[in-house]
Amino acid sequence: MIDQLLHLLPYAFVQDMLLAGVLVSIVAGLVSRFVVARNMSFAVHALAEVGFTGSAGFILIGLSPVLGLLTGSLVTAFFIGTLGLRIRERDAVVGVVMAFGLGLGVLFITLNAQFATEAFSILLFGAISTVSQGDLILLAAMAALTLAGLGVMYRPLTFATVDPVVAEARGVPVRLVSILFLLMLAAAVAEAVQVVGVLLILTLLITPGATAERLTAQPGLATAVSVGVALLATLGGILLALVTAVPVSFYVTTIAFVCYLAARLGAPVLDRPRRPRPT
Amino acid sequence: MSGNGRSRDPGESVAALPADQPAICFDRATLAYGDRVVWSELSMTVPRGEFLAVLGPNGSGKTSLLRALLGLAPLASGTLEVLGASPRRGNPAIGYVPQHAGFDRDVPLRGRDLVGLGVDGHRWGFGRLSREDRLRVAKALEAVAAGPYANEPIGRLSGGEQQRLRIAQALVGNPDLLLCDEPLASLDMRYQQEITELIGGWARERHGTVVFVTHDVNPVLGYARRVVFVVNGRWAAGPTDEVLTSERMSGLYDAPVEVLRVRGRIVVVGEASGAGFDIDEPHHFPAPVGAPQ
Repeated sequence: MIDQLLHLLPYAFVQDMLLAGVLVSIVAGLVSRFVVARNMSFAVHALAEVGFTGSAGFILIGLSPVLGLLTGSLVTAFFIGTLGLRIRERDAVVGVVMAFGLGLGVLFITLNAQFATEAFSILLFGAISTVSQGDLILLAAMAALTLAGLGVMYRPLTFATVDPVVAEARGVPVRLVSILFLLMLAAAVAEAVQVVGVLLILTLLITPGATAERLTAQPGLATAVSVGVALLATLGGILLALVTAVPVSFYVTTIAFVCYLAARLGAPVLDRPRRPRPT
Repeated sequence: MSGNGRSRDPGESVAALPADQPAICFDRATLAYGDRVVWSELSMTVPRGEFLAVLGPNGSGKTSLLRALLGLAPLASGTLEVLGASPRRGNPAIGYVPQHAGFDRDVPLRGRDLVGLGVDGHRWGFGRLSREDRLRVAKALEAVAAGPYANEPIGRLSGGEQQRLRIAQALVGNPDLLLCDEPLASLDMRYQQEITELIGGWARERHGTVVFVTHDVNPVLGYARRVVFVVNGRWAAGPTDEVLTSERMSGLYDAPVEVLRVRGRIVVVGEASGAGFDIDEPHHFPAPVGAPQ
């Protein structure tokens, strides 16, 4: 198996896949930390599904499905961000927007019946093995944009996430930060779809952050762990899929899940109080 | 009893502003959300170095008063000056201690990080704390004696420990004015005393100004020389002993209210339920204690 891999590595398409995997994992690992801390798993789900509707629509009018995906998730992010300002109503707003988005998706698929099957299975389950040079450039541009956005708002986003009341009092524009993060999340979703597809997007955008949170309370270290888990799952998944007949997304989800389980089981060990607690 | 024995030293001044510049000055200030007037025509001056307690039942606009000071709630009319200028968002001369709500057990944050966010959390960009800033964080932690648990996940700490970290976070920026929104809520008596002394001690040593929102005046009786009591859109402000009297409180509630002083505590008793509010309700000001009738 190792021999087989070493034999495959020099090929350009393999290197392209791995490069795409690295780009997606770094973005997903970073964003995942905030998705988990802000309780936004459901929003990720909605962004992916309505992104799917977007690409179905774009295929219908003869445009790039990847751009359609990005458009679909950005529009969804906009609606969730502007309609669901209060935490109490956010869940419902996500559900409402997602339901309508899926309805549109049904329409687009119906209108698209003849060449839909292949394009849609790629969207649903991921298609990193078909990544082209052009896709790679688009992917890199999206990653750069997301990373730049995250870099600019890292501190206020952290503050607004863990301590919103004091953040607002200290002058952080909490609402603006929340909407900007949603837009960034939409871009990250559109990116991660390339690897794991719409249905399994939760794996890259939720599991790494959830795993990291179990292992350490130190924010910087947690972010590093999250990116590490995303990289391990994606690259491991790609390499295993190369030498077997099973799709990438199965391996990616499995590796990520194993990491999470290990963190859950291992956490009690790391959790021991480091000082005697008064009783 | 009400802290009147503490005299203000006029020679002590803070920062670059002149010592006679009041910390806060409301002038016929009205705050409203849409049609609902929270309080109206509020006029009150708080000198620097003063400890002001903001009292009143729940929903009477105590937190809104802090939001106005923070520049988060613009006045409908009248003027407000904070540290010699109009209120503005993110004023670094203001520290803020929120109501103790408790952090989620798993929030990935240590006490040290919380205090660090008080230094640079509002700044854009990625940056790390400089050496100098890390030193400030360490000093702030030391000042509230939070060093021993500063590196533990904040969600695992007790309410009192979390609230100490909150105070360190508010003071790390070396503010002139400290706003506290019910910092004692849901803390037990011992922690209430500790937290009040931390805040009162800071005010004494640094000649800082404190605005302390609380539904129970008793924990701060030894500190607050001045109070403002808001209820039903109306208010009464002044020295603690002058405001917390049966006459003033009856006028404010527009119903017979009696203010009793029992063993160093202040108890307000009234039969005001018919007037649309109920000051005997346990969570309202003040904590009802069996009154001699």
